[in-house]
Amino acid sequence: MEIVKIISIVFILTGCFLFTTGTIGLLRFPDFYSRMHATGKGDTLAVLICLIGLALYHGFHHGAILDSIKLVVVAVFIFLANPTATHAISRAAFRCGVKPWTRGGNK
Amino acid sequence: MENFYLGASIFLCLLVLLCLYRVVFGPTIIDRIVGVGAIGTKTLVVLALMGFIYGRIEMFLDIVMVYAILNFIGTLAAAKYFEGRGEI
Repeated sequence: MEIVKIISIVFILTGCFLFTTGTIGLLRFPDFYSRMHATGKGDTLAVLICLIGLALYHGFHHGAILDSIKLVVVAVFIFLANPTATHAISRAAFRCGVKPWTRGGNK
Repeated sequence: MENFYLGASIFLCLLVLLCLYRVVFGPTIIDRIVGVGAIGTKTLVVLALMGFIYGRIEMFLDIVMVYAILNFIGTLAAAKYFEGRGEI
């Protein structure tokens, strides 16, 4: 098996692992802000790694470079857009009065 | 290689099912928006993997780009709407 395929498989498996951690954080964390923290950072890096792994497998030779560049463009767009969406929605929650979770409870 | 992509796609679909719990049973409506955003992000990768499985990556990549932009705009519009309304 070529070395590029192995690198691509490692990248996609790392992305799947980061998706799993983000999903567990989304399910298990106690309040809105910590869920946002888990899914915002984990999913961004996971999409970046998965798409770059796919672009490496597709190759940058003549005839495939357009699709690979499109994959990298999507990855860069997600890398810019996903933290922006996370920031916007957590600011909306803060202005709406969602209280952060504390250890003693703030009911 | 196609079998590996198929396995990764099935695994991501299982994660989508887990995220759907937060969408259905989320305590506040803003938790549901976060869940929908996470599902959209996973769907993006599943679409790219499906392009490689079917061997038509040039068609699926355009769908991936449009899906990324729509996911971003949808989350941003929901955030602006709830910020303007002032309550949840």
